[in-house]
Formats: sequence, C-alpha cells, structure tokens
Amino acid sequence: MNKNLVIVGGGPAGLACAISAYDEGERDILILEREPELGGILNQCIHNGFGLHTFKEELTGPEYAYRYVKGVEERGIEYKTEATVIDVNAQKQVTYVSKRDGLVTIDAKAVVLCCGCRERPRGAINIAGMRGSGIFSAGTAQKLVNVEGLSVGKNVVILGSGDIGLIMARRMTFEGANVKAVVELMPYSSGLNRNIVQCLNDFDIPLLFSHTVVQVHGKGRLCGVTIAQVDENLRPKMDTAKYIECDTLLLSVGLLPENELAKNAGVVLSSVTGGGIVDDSMMTSQEGIFVCGNVLHVHDLVDFVSQESALAGQRAVQYIRNGAPNCEKITIETKNGIRYCVPSILKKDGDFTSALSFKMRVSNVFKKVTLTVFADGVVVLAKKRPIVTPGEMENVTFTPKQIEQLKTASSIQVSLEGVEK
Amino acid sequence: MRDIIIIGGGVVGCAVARELSRYKASILLLEKGNDVAVGASKANSGIVHGGHDAVNGSKKAYFNVMGNKMFDQLSKELDFPFVRNGSLVLNFGEEGNKTLCELLERGVKNGVEGLEILTGDQVRVMEPNVSQEVVSALYIPTGGIVSPYEMTIAYAENASVNGVEFKFNQTVQSVKPTSNGFDVVCGENTYQAKFVINCAGIFSDEINNMVCQKKIKIVPRKGDYVLLDNAYSNICSKTLFQLPDAMGKGILVTPTAHGNILVGPTALDIDDKEDVDTTAKQLDKAYTIATRSVPNLPRRAIITQFAGLRAHGDQGDFVIGESQQKGFYNCACIESPGLTSAPAIAVHVAGEVAEKLSLTKKEDFVATRKGIPQFSRLDNESRQRLIKENPLFGKIVCRCEMVTEAEIVMAINRPVGAKDLDGIKRRTRSGMGRCQAGFCTPRLVEILQRELNVQAGEVTKCGGDSVIVVGRTK
Repeated sequence: MNKNLVIVGGGPAGLACAISAYDEGERDILILEREPELGGILNQCIHNGFGLHTFKEELTGPEYAYRYVKGVEERGIEYKTEATVIDVNAQKQVTYVSKRDGLVTIDAKAVVLCCGCRERPRGAINIAGMRGSGIFSAGTAQKLVNVEGLSVGKNVVILGSGDIGLIMARRMTFEGANVKAVVELMPYSSGLNRNIVQCLNDFDIPLLFSHTVVQVHGKGRLCGVTIAQVDENLRPKMDTAKYIECDTLLLSVGLLPENELAKNAGVVLSSVTGGGIVDDSMMTSQEGIFVCGNVLHVHDLVDFVSQESALAGQRAVQYIRNGAPNCEKITIETKNGIRYCVPSILKKDGDFTSALSFKMRVSNVFKKVTLTVFADGVVVLAKKRPIVTPGEMENVTFTPKQIEQLKTASSIQVSLEGVEK
Repeated sequence: MRDIIIIGGGVVGCAVARELSRYKASILLLEKGNDVAVGASKANSGIVHGGHDAVNGSKKAYFNVMGNKMFDQLSKELDFPFVRNGSLVLNFGEEGNKTLCELLERGVKNGVEGLEILTGDQVRVMEPNVSQEVVSALYIPTGGIVSPYEMTIAYAENASVNGVEFKFNQTVQSVKPTSNGFDVVCGENTYQAKFVINCAGIFSDEINNMVCQKKIKIVPRKGDYVLLDNAYSNICSKTLFQLPDAMGKGILVTPTAHGNILVGPTALDIDDKEDVDTTAKQLDKAYTIATRSVPNLPRRAIITQFAGLRAHGDQGDFVIGESQQKGFYNCACIESPGLTSAPAIAVHVAGEVAEKLSLTKKEDFVATRKGIPQFSRLDNESRQRLIKENPLFGKIVCRCEMVTEAEIVMAINRPVGAKDLDGIKRRTRSGMGRCQAGFCTPRLVEILQRELNVQAGEVTKCGGDSVIVVGRTK
C-alpha cells in the first residue's frame, strides 16, 4: 500500500498534525492508532484545564480531544484504530498489525511519529522491597479509575510531584481514598504550580520536598512504605526514615518519550530529552521522518503539543511536495541552565513564514533571570522571567525581523542570563 | 489413594512430575503458590552450569554434568528458551590463577569438557566490555543460559498433558505415614498416596522433618538481582562469573535467554523463608561488585530488580533418595546447580520410584510440548498467517515486548494455565519490558476477568491478597 503521509498515533499530536496537513492541501493521509478510540491519553484525563491557550476555555481531556477528532472526521481524514505500528524503517515503510487488516506494510512519502511517552516504572528508580501489587504508575492508576471504573486503593502515598501524580492525588481523594502524602525527591516540584494549588493545597494533602520512598513493604498487596529525607546529593538520610501505612503507591516520577519506532528507523535521539533531534520543521535526522508532541519532548500543556504538531503536519506536506531543502544548518547551543531547546537545528534557508518558536526546559529553579537568545553573540531576544522551574516549559516566539537575524547567523545560543552562581 | 504425591511445583517438582508421567500411575502435584515456578525457580540466575564448581564425587557434581548435557535435546522437546552461550570465571589478580587451576582440575575430574584457561586479552577479544583488570579466566564452553520459569512451565504443561494432576494454593501442613502410604494434609484437604516425593525447595527441610528421623535444616540464602533493558544486550554474550567464595559463585553478569542483562546475586543468609524483598544495600552491592567485571555497566539501564532464596542446606550436598521412611522420597536442599541438575535428578528419581512401585511405561506418552507462538520473534509472513488464523494475534497488548492478545489468551487457557498477572508475564513476557506493565496492566486485568470469568477485584498479581484493584469506583 502507498500513502503520502502516515501519522503514527491518534492522540493530540497525531490529530493536530493530520488536520493541519489536510488544511495545507494534503488529502492522502492515514492515522494509525493502537487504542480502540482516537484521543490518546486525553481520554483518561477527565479533569478540566485543557485548552486555555487554544480555545480560551477550560475543557476536560476528552472534550479537548473531541474537538480534534471532530476536525479529523469533518475533513474525512482516514484513520484506523486498534492498529499497532510495529516497525518504521529508514525507507519510510510503516508496518502495522490489526485484527481486521492483519499485517500491512505501507510505503509512505512522509511519516510523522506522534507516539507520545510512557511513565518511568518503579524498576528505573530502584525502590527496594516487596514485589507484590499495589504499586502503580500514576497514569496506569488514572486509566483504571477513570476509564475502567475500578478503584485502585484506599490509603495512598504518591511518589513524585509530576502533573499526573498531582492530578491523581485529587482524583483519589474524590474517590474516597486517603492520600497521605506526596513525596518529592527534589526540593521543587516537576509539576505545574496550579496543580499543586488545586490538587494538593485545596485538599490539605502534604507535599514533602527532598523526600523519597526507600522501601516498600508487604507480601501480596502493599501494606506500607518507608520514606526518608534526602541529602543534597539526593541520598536518603536513614535516620529520618518514617513508616507510612498504605495499600497503594502511585509513581509520578517522570515521562520518557516512547521512541522504539524512531530508533528502528535510525533517527538520532537526544540524550537529554530522549526524543528525536529535530530541525525547525520537526524533521529528524532521517529525511521524511518527523516527530512531534510528547514523543519529541515531554510537554506540560496539551495546547503546545497541538501547536507543535500542527507545524509538523504542515512541514511534512511541504516536504512531500518539495523534498528537503539542501541548505546549511545551524545547531542551536544551550547553556547556563537551559537543559534543551526544541528545535535544536535551524535550516538557514528554512521556511519560517509562520512564526518560529523555541521551546525549552531549565535545569533548576531560577529567580529573576533573562531568557536570552544570541545570534553570533548578539542578543536577538531577551525575555525577563521572575521565576523559571523545570516543571514549566519555556516558550519564546520570534518576529520576522528576529528570524532574519537568526537565519543569517553562524551560531545561535540560548541562555539564562543573570543566574546567580 | 493415588500412587504418587509430589510436593512442590518448582523446577524439580515439575521435572519429576514430567518424568514420572511416562509411567502408568496416578500422580498429584501439590503447590503452595498460585502457579508453578513461583519460588526459587522464578528468581535465580538462569544459568546452565558447566559443572566445574561442584566438589568432586558430590551429587551436585554428578547431576550437574549429566543435567547440562540434556539441555540441547530437552529444550527442543519441550520448547523453552535455552542458549549454550559459554561461561567465563574472571580472575583479577595473580593469586587467583591458582584458584582457576583448581577449578579447572575439579571440572576435569567432574567430567566437564572443553575447559580452558585464557589470558585477560583473550577474554577481551571474546568480551570487549570486560575489565582491563582481568588477568585470566576459566572458559567453560558448555555453560548455558535458560529461562528457568519457562523451563518449569514447559515441564508442568507436558506433565499435565500426560495426566499429572496439579493443585495450587495447597500448603502442606503434615505428612503422616499410614498403613499403606501417606496422608498429606493441606488445610481442609487430605490427600493420600503410596509414595510422597518432597520437592519443596526452600521448605524441603520442613517437609522432610515432618516424616523423617534424620532432620535437615535449610537456611534461606537471599540473592538480590538487577535486570537491564534489552536495548543493552550487547554488554556481554557469555556468562561472566567472578571467583567463587564460601557463599557461592559470586556476582555474575550474564545475558538472559531473552537478551536482557542480569546482574547478581548477592548472598545473605536470612531467617524468613517468605522474605524476597530486595534491599537498597544489597542491590547496590550487586551492581557495585558487577562493575568490577564490566566497568561501564549502565545504571540507567536498570528496568527492575528482584530477590530469590537459595535452599542452602546443612548437608553440604543435595539430599536425594528414599528416606529411612519407606515411600518418602527426598529431593531436598536443591540449591545451585539445582536448575542445571533438575533434568538429571528427575530422570534418576522417576526411574527409582517407578522401580519401587513397579510402574510400567505408557504407550501413549506425549514426549514433546510446543510453546505459545511468540509473535515478536516471527517474520512478517508468519505473523500475517497467524493473524488470519486467529485475529487476536493482530491486537498487541504489551507494546514493550510486542505480546499479542492471542498469546495472553493461550497462556491462560493452556494446561496449568496462568491465573494472575505474573503468570501471564512468565508465559508471554507481557509486562516484562521497559514500562514494567504500566500500559498492559489494565488490559491484562480485563482479559483475565473475561477468560477466568471473575470480577476485576479478584484478579491478582501473584495470588493471595495481591489484588490489583479493590473494587469498582463510586
């Protein structure tokens, strides 16, 4: 089978990408989604707060997804559900399996990977102790509670203050569970401040910074956890160890882009984000393979996923039409507390007619800093920030004049200026 | 009254069951857990030892060397993962050369073939990631790796097909000799048999001591392991031991039969036979000592950790044979190299028991067992064919290990099928990958509910009170 554009994943990234590709004039599009319904993880996010940027209103996850699903259906864009992509190769051949179609290989002109991310499991953070039940990653618990209508436990401790963990603290409280504490290894939260306020503070759930779970107890089902304070090197101080009785431990300890397919296709990945290294058109090191959304880097707001993916869809269509421009590329350097920047490569002759933006995350909490973009050492853009935290993505958008400055530069740097050493 | 009761569904019990199922006899296997292979048989290094380490003339040496030779054919017959990858015992200093020579000599006396002492450089040609500090090594080409729980499950399935009855969640409380055999009491149930075979692993001392004058004692020796993501499978291809000490064969770094890298075990004598909790200290120790063999062992590649208990007995050797109590047969104190020895022990024990009970062989014994087709390992044509035959092969449930719904349904519905999440995991690898069952758990709960016709709240991770969910939401 041949297709111009194959989009792997029908979550927020895939849907926005497909709509934008269609609106750019492409008609030969196929979305492949492994779940029975389009919408991705949004379907289990039944809380509100989605779409403030895009729609200027507060939607629930399924409502936000539905706006895009409707967009896909109105345009008659083809999609398949319960179709799992098992391979994408450098020749842009996409192989999927489904109960209905069997195993199918599609030759695509362009592929956009919108596969999202997965949660870091318990093993990756090495909590010692029992190996029975009662330990869930927060998203798994969210799915069981919100989609399957099943209750995962009564007395809960949450490790990690990522957004899903915070949301689940509130959700479990609504379900009648007693959330005893949210325990965070770092001295700051990796979640959004508004979630700390609305999900913890409003329900008097304690948030313990610089603490971790050192041991989990129980034979079959979890019966308790030992928590302890950590020192400045994040090592547990065992003299502070404290036992908390609980039957459930939720882990919200980070998300990892799900890049198995990208790896097979030979896409070069960033060791910082775990996602592909992309240029300003969201194209990876493999020509014609694009990535966007949480498989590229973990976002905190779905609005930005949609934005980024719309750009990827548009660029993929331009690539199908014109091929990749053969031009010089500039690598965007990051320093002074900037962990990463997406894109990390700028094409000198790139088409930046639509606004160019950089998305970044910082490595620590910094106060009164200036997010600064330099071209050949000259300040192109300086954005004052009273506070920046690793939990909130930073976003800067350039004017046409600034873009011109960037395009003619031979080096570009992004930096936090005014950081106290 | 049955002919034979086997106590314990670990690798030894299941292997003995399978070998005895060649004979016309009524056989019942009683297992304390919710599945076979839930004790030491699921949590060990999965090594098929060459046989260089066991004391000359011991039962360990005899059954190890004999068992090792059986694996090629057996793994084909019963279709379980086995690779003869070879082992190396690494030596880091001059003084160790003497120990290596002793091991070589011991191995030769035990009948181990192909042993060779290599220089550090020769080792690094074979295994480029091995430390520069390694000065020499004993090479054991006959060493291998096996998936220990799949081997046990294969034995159990084949035994079941050949008529052995399995009962789970049966904790034996007493074994009482009667006029014509034994009463084996498990809670409200009493089972009777002419012959009892004790294959109770870590509890085999307690079972022995219920019946025999000659008491034995097992001290659980805990070993913690860490497992790495299969993306790092190229760290080594052979099993890398360090020099053995009084507590065992030391910390190893080895590929598993599925291509993950396994690091461990530590060795810590404990009191509690149910305690398989890992501890931060032991996990750290396993990792730290292992970096002596492979300095660049990536810590971030760890996907899970576990601990197992070795049935370390006070007799210095396996205890195998009919006890002074006629009809009560021991396969006790089976610690390393027990996994390697199990096939040979089983043949030996079955032969002796059959003779004592004057059993005759069945004509219709089914010698082979075919495992569940592994979708992830097939080529696309075979995958296509499978989905046509059974559309559930087109539904991928575990994305990390590419396990389909068809495989999971088969795992549940096969003889001695899976009853819980861990049972499915051991049979199909669903949940074994880098997300560690994050994505597949809700689906597995749903499938188990459907196939076993139970409520969601009854689905467990590993039997007992290990429920996944506690009921419906409000």
